[in-house]
Amino acid sequence: MAQIRIEHVRKEFGAFTAVQSSSFTIEDGEFFMLLGPSGCGKTTTLRMMAGLELPTSGEIYIDGEEVGMKPASQRDIAFVFQMFALYPHLNVGKNISYPLISQGMPQAQAKKKVGEIAEILGITDILNKPVGGLSGGDRQRVALGRAIVRDPKAFFMDEPLGALDAEFREHMSEELRALHDRMNATTVYVTHDQLEAMQMGDKIVVMNHGVVEQFGVPQNIYDWPATKFVAQFIGSPPMNFLDFRGMLGVGESKVCLGEAEFEVPRMLDGANGDLTFGVRPEHIKLDDAAPYRGQVSAVEYLGTTQIITLDTSNGTVKARVASSDKVSVGERVGLRFDPRTVSIFNADTGHVLKSEANEGVLNHG
Amino acid sequence: MSFSVTEPTNGTKWFAGILVVAYAVITIIPLLWIIATGLKSPADSISYPPVVVFEPTLEGYVNLFTDRTRATEDMLEEAGPPQTWYEEIARERGTIISGPSRYGERFLNSVIIGFGSTALCMILGTAAAYAFSRFRVPLKDDLLFFILSTRMMPPIAVAIPIFLMFRNLGLNDTHLGMILLYTAVNLSLSVWLLKGFIDEIPIEYEEAALIDGYTRFQAFYKVVLPQAATGIASTAIFCLIFAWNEYAFAVLLTSGTAQTAPPFIPNIIGVNGKDWPAVAAGATIFLVPVMVFTVLLRKHLLRGITFGAVRK
Ligand SMILES: Nc1ncnc2c1ncn2[C@@H]1O[C@H](COP(=O)(O)OP(=O)(O)O)[C@@H](O)[C@H]1O
Ligand SMILES: [Mg+2]
Repeated sequence: MAQIRIEHVRKEFGAFTAVQSSSFTIEDGEFFMLLGPSGCGKTTTLRMMAGLELPTSGEIYIDGEEVGMKPASQRDIAFVFQMFALYPHLNVGKNISYPLISQGMPQAQAKKKVGEIAEILGITDILNKPVGGLSGGDRQRVALGRAIVRDPKAFFMDEPLGALDAEFREHMSEELRALHDRMNATTVYVTHDQLEAMQMGDKIVVMNHGVVEQFGVPQNIYDWPATKFVAQFIGSPPMNFLDFRGMLGVGESKVCLGEAEFEVPRMLDGANGDLTFGVRPEHIKLDDAAPYRGQVSAVEYLGTTQIITLDTSNGTVKARVASSDKVSVGERVGLRFDPRTVSIFNADTGHVLKSEANEGVLNHG
Repeated sequence: MSFSVTEPTNGTKWFAGILVVAYAVITIIPLLWIIATGLKSPADSISYPPVVVFEPTLEGYVNLFTDRTRATEDMLEEAGPPQTWYEEIARERGTIISGPSRYGERFLNSVIIGFGSTALCMILGTAAAYAFSRFRVPLKDDLLFFILSTRMMPPIAVAIPIFLMFRNLGLNDTHLGMILLYTAVNLSLSVWLLKGFIDEIPIEYEEAALIDGYTRFQAFYKVVLPQAATGIASTAIFCLIFAWNEYAFAVLLTSGTAQTAPPFIPNIIGVNGKDWPAVAAGATIFLVPVMVFTVLLRKHLLRGITFGAVRK
């Protein structure tokens, strides 16, 4: 098993920069998520770590050893491809034993090992079948079998559930996570699905346009986004943004949105100009006594909670409130924001301003 | 446009069946005619109206494989009674077998040149197609267009320069020369067809093999080749059919050592131009290798000749 460290890794395809100076560390045994929208450079980053693509610059360390220019076959990692890449001319058992045979393991020993793996994955009964007729889930298991059979230093998976039906994804993601916990192997998992990343990951790195936006444990990333992009990409509905102009001094803990004054965590950065007040939907309370008002434009009922869409003088806001709160479209209501959970962003750069609340998270990541 | 999703009625099935059978009969009749002519006597073969029911004889085949001389009384006496069934057939026509004909050699030349050029074409074509499909080749599109452009005129249009070139290089009437020539003609089509097939094989298979510990060449050999088998087989059939049947270059560039069967077969007819059964026998035997080759590779063909449009 292995620790993997990426330092200032950059990848250019001709004039196009797919990955810009990324740095992060994956600890031994972690289930690590590479999260970001399509085309942001997740696959490219993973392929550089695996040795399928050479970085333009930067270093990649596996267990302290620089491997940036080493071929894939010498890195001792396993890769699960998005479309599984099972060899169609081989049956299930042969697909799984393929990496062992290529390393020169005797047939009998390989067969025994395949048997054990098949047991773990529950595919013993299909070992002699051709891979052509398998269901998506079984293909996925065979691909996993081929990856784990070798006891590699790390598993790399590129959207491994992307090819499966929605209902099956849930099941398979639990299976994957259970398998990881059982083997305790370092796993790097690429996904564009923020829910999947939050559910499965020990740690998440969020990428956008080839840039690492933030990196840390899911809870911290959710609560204390480093950029507006992260705030919006994670969470459903995403964080609300209220735009305002103002001046914030170091040490202040109040901002004014128009007439209304709000408490915020004590600022460690000052700013002057276009700012964004960020608050998660579940941290908004409806309170008729509150001075800050909004008009309800939609109500979406979700069982125990409901999503209220409101128009305010600083933009549209979505609040997640208990279903027992009675609101109707057209009504004007007062809003309160939980002062401990607010983030203030520089609207031009998109970066969050450092406060006492998010300092720990930002310095760590 | 949409396709009917209802089951065809019995009437339509019958109609389709009759059409297919009719088409098959029309295309097979010339073939049967040749096979039948090979088994006729020379007289039956040119009788008019043509005879359909006749007494089969192997005379055509005997004439195909032997050289004969008209026998005088002395010669017959000297030779004694015929020892074999084919000598007997020759004697009936008042001739004596003086030795084997050259058909065997010519046929062997066709085999060497046809299969040799097909093999060479597959090796070069697969390697080039793989490179074009997988690597960053500078000026890739221009090169591919250039390769295709070599096939834009009929090959025989350059017969005279090739004739001169071959004479200067000493390639006239050699197996090597003909193999190179047919390979050159077939290569452009092969590269294009094979590139299409290799493009369809997801690159992840090779990458998986690389990660599993194989070298690039091993990945090509053990992963790409088995999956490209369909494409290689169908491309090989196209190449073989061209090289096997090619007539014009063979007439121009070969006369002895390396002459293939197609320019030889018309000569079999003999000086008085009557020996159609021997010609038909020569043509019949000539058909066999391509047919065997095609039948052996037929399971690859359906997917192959539709250029991957039909999926399993
Ligand atoms: N081999 C390549 N040549 C040129 N551009 C590429 C290549 N691979 C990826 N890219 C580009 O790099 C960007 C990032 O791609 P990728 O890493 O696959 O994104 P993701 O996996 O996050 O969707 C995309 O814009 C893609 O078009
Ligand atoms: Mg991707």
